[in-house]
Amino acid sequence: MMAIKRGSLYVVLILIALLLFFPIIYAFLVSFMSTKEVLMGHLIPKSFSLTNYIDAFQALPLLHSLINSMLVSIITTIGQIIVCSLAAYAFVFIEFRGRQFLFFLFVSTMMIPWEASIIPNFVTVQKLGWINHYAALTIPFFATAFGTFLLRQHFKTIPKELHEASRMAGLGHLTFFLKVVMPVSKTSLVTLGIYCFLTTWNSYLWPLLVTTDERSRTAQIGLRQLHAQENVTQWGVVMAGVVIVAIPTLLVLFLGQKHLQKGLMDGAVK
Amino acid sequence: MSEVELLSVSKLYGNKQPYIIKNLSVTIESGEFFVIVGPSGCGKSTLLRMIAGLEDISEGVLRIGGEMANHWSPSQRDISMVFQNYALYPHLNVRENIIFGLRVKKISHEEREKRLLEACEMLNLTDYLNRKPRELSGGQRQRVALARAIVSQSPICLMDEPLSNLDAKLRAHMRSEIRKIQRQFGTTMIYVTHDQVEAMTMGDRMMILNQGEIQQIGRPIDIYNHPANTFVASFIGSPQMNMCEAYYDGTSQELRINNDLKLTMALPKLKTSTYIIGLRPEYIHIPQPNNSNQTTVQVVINHVELLGNDTLFSFQVNDQQWTAKWNGQWLFEPGDKISIALDADAICVFDKGTRQLVHSSIKQDHDELQKGVLA
Repeated sequence: MMAIKRGSLYVVLILIALLLFFPIIYAFLVSFMSTKEVLMGHLIPKSFSLTNYIDAFQALPLLHSLINSMLVSIITTIGQIIVCSLAAYAFVFIEFRGRQFLFFLFVSTMMIPWEASIIPNFVTVQKLGWINHYAALTIPFFATAFGTFLLRQHFKTIPKELHEASRMAGLGHLTFFLKVVMPVSKTSLVTLGIYCFLTTWNSYLWPLLVTTDERSRTAQIGLRQLHAQENVTQWGVVMAGVVIVAIPTLLVLFLGQKHLQKGLMDGAVK
Repeated sequence: MSEVELLSVSKLYGNKQPYIIKNLSVTIESGEFFVIVGPSGCGKSTLLRMIAGLEDISEGVLRIGGEMANHWSPSQRDISMVFQNYALYPHLNVRENIIFGLRVKKISHEEREKRLLEACEMLNLTDYLNRKPRELSGGQRQRVALARAIVSQSPICLMDEPLSNLDAKLRAHMRSEIRKIQRQFGTTMIYVTHDQVEAMTMGDRMMILNQGEIQQIGRPIDIYNHPANTFVASFIGSPQMNMCEAYYDGTSQELRINNDLKLTMALPKLKTSTYIIGLRPEYIHIPQPNNSNQTTVQVVINHVELLGNDTLFSFQVNDQQWTAKWNGQWLFEPGDKISIALDADAICVFDKGTRQLVHSSIKQDHDELQKGVLA
């Protein structure tokens, strides 16, 4: 009885998983097909040839845009972790007048969609002369309300006795931040890092706006160009590009997962 | 050198009443084990944190080693502190946790290792040096917190209910351990607790605090014998002191608790009036035959606790529940009617209005007796 129940559960789960995963599986399969095969609506490629992948790299500076994406994502992630953790630290460990109000104001900016502020942001970046520079792609994302909020919530779980013990030992704010708060908050930092990396990696609209030349464009825009440049879209090549671009995303998730350990705070108190 | 002096110190949050600590003055001598005791919320932890520099002092002066220290930062005061919940760094192992503060103070590697080894041997931590706090039991964590205070070699050490998370057996062991370490290093210890056993057994002197005000300061045994007011009387001692109202008649020199219970005793300093009297459970005795000096009375037992070595039983006196403590094992049942004898010499008398002690005579000859026993 148990076996049947369990078995049927797995069948349902597998079906749902296939349904959800279908676009990705199909994209992966298409990446090996010729244009003809795609248009004929085949599901399985006749042979697994890598020609589409070679074409993808040749048709476009895909490698260059991949490097761009990687650099932009890494810089944004590091920048965001630094800025947000410092801001979160101030909101938790430094007492000042109007702290609650300021934090509320800070967090309430999360309710304004990014798209709503895209024009003023663009104008600012343009006036600064950052168009086609990494600065335009990275710096506007350093300070985010979400990141600050996430880290503040975690910092708040750090017992205040740890801060007091550090003060009595003679630690200043910066040393306490670096030697205690950051190591203890590893879990949240990794979470924020992964989230930030993936968001930046997958961002499309903003990089499209602030970059105009090939040399500074990111991979997502490269993919889009792969699509439009041909008269008859070579779906096989496009999908090959998609698969390549998706690889770092998966890598970050797999590597990050290992570090998402729980229970790091155990044993601090009591 | 390392005495701590508080002069009319007060604490309030913002400008809001009420006072958390009110006009408190006390001097804690260098090398003294000073216990601050009181019920929850009496301000004892706040007071400790003010000495540590973790809370501002709203009014008054704090002197450490004779110097005004109100505005010194916590680290300038050179004080070590053991927190109630230990506050160990969860990402560091035992060794790093213990020497963390020494690193900050830029103490040489050799000296650090020396102090670490010394403290760990004293506290049996040598086997756990590479473990993380989460891999330790409560008692071991407590010892790490203690070791951290020891290695700092600060002349003043503050402890905020460090034993409250331990089980009874470990607590008894750590009590003597802490006392031993304090004697060995000659540390000025300020120890906050709500546990009166700790207060009685560990301190050279203790201070009883209630609602931010000093109730009494003195040697634990003096406080036990001569509680300054009814609060101290009921707070110190377990089971607590029996109390009830009694009428003292100056002309007949009689203390009347009720119609059945009258004690004949001369209290020359007291006027005829109603007072509150207190009598500790151990001064309610087994009546001795042919003793005319004792005051016996019949009571109905309503609750019995057999502790093995002692027997506690309670009975009603006027509107109060009284408890007596008799040595040995007494197999009473609730409802039993028995005779008891009250030790009139041990009665404390408090003013009914101010609740201050107006008479106590317990064991002034205790020192004499002790001399007789000592070889």
